[in-house]
Amino acid sequence: MSEYFKPLPKPTPTSRPFWEAAKRHELTIQRCGACKSFVYYPRDRCPKCFSDQLSWQRVSGRGKLYSYTVVRRASARSFADGPYVLGIVELDEGPRMTTNIVAAPEKVRVEMPVEVYFDDVTPDRTLVKFKPA
Amino acid sequence: MSLKGKAAAIGIGELKPVKEPGDLTALGLMARVAAEAIADAGLEKKDIDGFLVGVPFSDPGMIYPASAAEVLGLNVRMLNQVDIGGASPAGMIWRAAAAIDAGMCNAVLCVVADLNKSGDQRPPVISVQREFEAPYGNIGANCGYAMIAHRHMYEYGTTARQMAKVAVDQRANALKNPLATFNDKALTIDDVLNSRMIVDPLHLYEIVSPVSGGAAIIVASPEVAKRAKNPPVWLIGAGEYANHSTITYAPSLTESPVKPAAEAAFKMSGLQPKDMNLVCPYDCYTITVIVTLEDAGFCKKGQGGPFVAEHDLTYAGDLPCNTHGGQLSFGQPGLAGGMSHVTEGIRQLMGRGGERQVKNAALAYVNGNGGIMSEQASLILERRS
Repeated sequence: MSEYFKPLPKPTPTSRPFWEAAKRHELTIQRCGACKSFVYYPRDRCPKCFSDQLSWQRVSGRGKLYSYTVVRRASARSFADGPYVLGIVELDEGPRMTTNIVAAPEKVRVEMPVEVYFDDVTPDRTLVKFKPA
Repeated sequence: MSLKGKAAAIGIGELKPVKEPGDLTALGLMARVAAEAIADAGLEKKDIDGFLVGVPFSDPGMIYPASAAEVLGLNVRMLNQVDIGGASPAGMIWRAAAAIDAGMCNAVLCVVADLNKSGDQRPPVISVQREFEAPYGNIGANCGYAMIAHRHMYEYGTTARQMAKVAVDQRANALKNPLATFNDKALTIDDVLNSRMIVDPLHLYEIVSPVSGGAAIIVASPEVAKRAKNPPVWLIGAGEYANHSTITYAPSLTESPVKPAAEAAFKMSGLQPKDMNLVCPYDCYTITVIVTLEDAGFCKKGQGGPFVAEHDLTYAGDLPCNTHGGQLSFGQPGLAGGMSHVTEGIRQLMGRGGERQVKNAALAYVNGNGGIMSEQASLILERRS
């Protein structure tokens, strides 16, 4: 595997279960026991009702592309290696996630159905990306 | 409780931005614009007893306000840094008025300056953004606004030509502004659409250029304003709102926190969008102006594209918009880019618009925007006859 130069997530005590699940190729996010909201990114309290009754739940990995851009000229040098598709996926369970769409840019459309794609970018880290469903 | 008419802008200082910073320093630029603004107001440095400052990317530091105040030789009764991104300068104006209304001080220097030193490391974003944004390349402002533009096009049929029109009309304004960075050549819609695609669907000429510069505004109590050299420009409405930082987690990509901010500002003023003689909406990108005009109530939600296409946004038009050229043509000298909208509103209401003076300008709507349509600070400014 060639060396990976892009920024990698540094899991925190709050987020570690998310990244560990991703490494197992499972998408798990938090759900609030009080207001039943799904929560992304991981929190210590529910951002809606402020309850601390958050637990982890595996979700479908399906959603739709809320919006996207094709970054042709990146602001960061680590992403200067070519165009990439940055997107916001709205999961079927509700929350939105920043992600990459693994597809040719010309095939990407707002509102297209997508499904999760686990990208093992290094032996230790798996990023949660999406591809056309 | 209201800030309506409790304080006025009485002096401005602003530099023509430069592309190469050369030997300039952010603190040096702050001193220059501060001196210019104090003199413009007809005050002396000893009259300044309040200080609001933005921290420059090029020379950041902790306990920044006292450090910068020391460099300028100020003795102040109120000091703070305002850190709401591009909304900071507009946010400073009402904070200055609030401090004056509370009796804490009488004349507040609001100042921002920065250098464009691309390649220098910028202050880090907070941990959750390093963890959940940066790994996917959601870095910098371009991509967020591009995703707003795509969603706006999808929901409302907004077109690339409509967005480009904002840059074209604002360039026509810049041609009459000696301080603007890009003031030597008119733009056409085709020029904009033929410029390089940076982040779909935004082209190069729809994106601000970083430059170096600075600006300052003096906000004063009614008592101090009485002896000012310039006609005071009164703050008669203010509103602020934020509901996200990263656009992914905003309630909507197309309906922004401008709405509650502008509603609060107009409510305080007792006026409506149709009463305004000019508008100065923050314009880091063309789409920003369209979303802001919609959410501030100048047109219906989703109609911003046709609205900017049908209206003449130049200084001589039916809705003068960013008569200084906007940041798209003025340039973005860090936070001084955001201040350029405030200084232009003040300048026009003082009747100092020169060749681009809006006739009978008495009321202006100014909006500051931070981050990715995140922090919003709306102001209503008035010149009383």
